[in-house]
Amino acid sequence: LEIVVRESPIRSMDANAAMLSNYEVYQLLMELKEKRKESVKNKHSTGQQNLNTIMYETLKYLSKMPCIHQSPETVKEFLSAMLPHKLTKAEKLQLLNHRPQTAVEIQLMVEESEERLTEEQIDELIQKVTDILPGDPQQEGSSSADAEMDASTDQC
Amino acid sequence: MDQLGFNLKSFAECTADLVILLVALCRMFVVVEMVDTVRIPPWNFHRQLNDAIAEELNKKLANKVVYNVGLCICLYDITKLEDSYIFPGDGASHTKVHFRYVVFHPFLEEILVGKIKYCSQEGVHVSLGFFDDILIPPESLQQPAKFDEAEQVWVWEYETDEGAHDLYMDQGEEIRFRVVDELFLDTSPTGPKTEQEAPPSSTTPAAAADDSTQKKETPYTLLGSISEPGLGLLSWWNS
Repeated sequence: LEIVVRESPIRSMDANAAMLSNYEVYQLLMELKEKRKESVKNKHSTGQQNLNTIMYETLKYLSKMPCIHQSPETVKEFLSAMLPHKLTKAEKLQLLNHRPQTAVEIQLMVEESEERLTEEQIDELIQKVTDILPGDPQQEGSSSADAEMDASTDQC
Repeated sequence: MDQLGFNLKSFAECTADLVILLVALCRMFVVVEMVDTVRIPPWNFHRQLNDAIAEELNKKLANKVVYNVGLCICLYDITKLEDSYIFPGDGASHTKVHFRYVVFHPFLEEILVGKIKYCSQEGVHVSLGFFDDILIPPESLQQPAKFDEAEQVWVWEYETDEGAHDLYMDQGEEIRFRVVDELFLDTSPTGPKTEQEAPPSSTTPAAAADDSTQKKETPYTLLGSISEPGLGLLSWWNS
């Protein structure tokens, strides 16, 4: 088995070496799941158990994250909205994957945020993230404080 | 491109080990370009080559850790298929395949959310479900912290004006942490004395790590930290 050293452009993120958003991995695994449903006889053989396990566990993990409500359009819109803030690819990816709702989370994901972002800019970021990236529709529906406490398990 | 200059038709090369590493720029999930020779047994000749190859690659790599690369999840795509060969004495076909694989390999400093599996003297053990070997050592916890022997749980002695308020890091709690280090161990078999095979990460039993006499070597371990505002149990920071 040989690993190739080369940067490879991946769809929906411009040519910056091989990163995948949680949304893309989620899509890929869902497509693979559908395909495997059709070929019933193969997937239970001992050789396929590892793939079954990792697919099941990874889908379980990703389905609790905001990425499952995203689409290529929202991702594109989000990246355009992020342009004026001059964030690195890694920072944009983390905002995309985690959909932070508080200033503290933004500060965790943006390096040296105290120097690069003012308080207003942080609020602006939170607003854009909330508006553009869809959250869990169940969670967003209820406005009571109790619902927000419960929803803490949905937040990433 | 024949990077190694090996003779494709040699049977031994079909199991050649990984030679080159990937670029340092990684994310939680990355796509890694790989090249490998896939063996298709004759009873699978009736299948579409791409499907048979995809199945073989997933059988070989899914849920396995590749040294210095990460935990392999699933096949992303096949980029190139070279000619298939049949060697004397083996009825199967051998095809050199260029493909891309989705690999779990979070970058250093990345923020992740997982669940607390259990606590021990070594620290807090966190799991993502599909990946279990994450440890937050005691020095990287919110300080001051103490280990409650009776409950086997780490506690953040959060100081307020009214005195110390104990925050327990219970099993099953969701926890946000920063990846601060990674450790790859080569767990390939070394010989008759130490017979250990790299187990699939997501099925590593929790009990094994506690057995200090025979430590199970994990091929890929992440070290985390929660010693920053916003990190730790999600319930600590959600108002």
